[in-house]
Amino acid sequence: MALIDLANPSRFLALVGRVLPWLALATAIAFAIGIVLVLMAPDDYQQGATVKIMFVHVPAAWLASLIWVVMSIAALGTLAWRHPLADVAAKSAAPIGAAFTFLCLFAGSMWGRPMWGTYWVWDARLTSVLVMFLMYLGLIALWHTVEDPTRAGRTAAILILVGAINLPIIKFSVDWWNTLHQGTSVFRLEGPTIYPTILAPLLVMALAFTLLFVTLHLAAMRNEILRRRVRTLRVLQAHGA
Amino acid sequence: MTLPAHAAFIIAAYGATIAVVIALIAWVIGDYREQKRVLAELDARGLGRKAG
Repeated sequence: MALIDLANPSRFLALVGRVLPWLALATAIAFAIGIVLVLMAPDDYQQGATVKIMFVHVPAAWLASLIWVVMSIAALGTLAWRHPLADVAAKSAAPIGAAFTFLCLFAGSMWGRPMWGTYWVWDARLTSVLVMFLMYLGLIALWHTVEDPTRAGRTAAILILVGAINLPIIKFSVDWWNTLHQGTSVFRLEGPTIYPTILAPLLVMALAFTLLFVTLHLAAMRNEILRRRVRTLRVLQAHGA
Repeated sequence: MTLPAHAAFIIAAYGATIAVVIALIAWVIGDYREQKRVLAELDARGLGRKAG
């Protein structure tokens, strides 16, 4: 099957039906390995056992931004190429992105209270992630408010691309401003600053979270295609009546 | 076995993660079943075949 064939929703549905069980299995295996590594990981010399919160906070934070990147690519597909699956991809990704952004903020505050002495501080990193969470919620509200999916998709695509300005702000906020949030410690030119016994479970959990997102996203896209079929049939029914 | 210091915060973080993941899985499965049910209903009325 050529890549262009996936633009056909029926072929896409057939492909999703074939790959979803395997993706779900890979996700379960990655989580099983990740959880074992998390349980075996030593306490940090400064953070103690609270370092274990990082194994869910950091992957959730990475996914929160990655999902906005996925939506931005889909938004380009909607606006520039009018790809039939682009809007479906963006709309289906938004609730998953919102969920992971919430998880990032919640787990972060659970780490912040014992480590910083506060659940929340209005520093650049935390505030820019909160802004992204609110933008996710705004997009979901928009898709629910505008009845015509094509109109909603175009407006949402513009908002997604405007919101993408926040991505470099989130990434570089710890470098541009003096923040309580720590600086980059994994993806650095000089290499990670994290000891391997803690880095390994973090990366495996990040892989597991990413596989979970891909699985959920494909499943949600399938649902959205079916929902649009239902809508089309109902419109036909209304016109025939 | 003694709980580590700040165990409540660790349990809360992992509890929220499990709840969010279960909610997302339930959402996609529930939504899929609902859409399939409605499509089957419309199909039973002959609308699915009419739409091609």
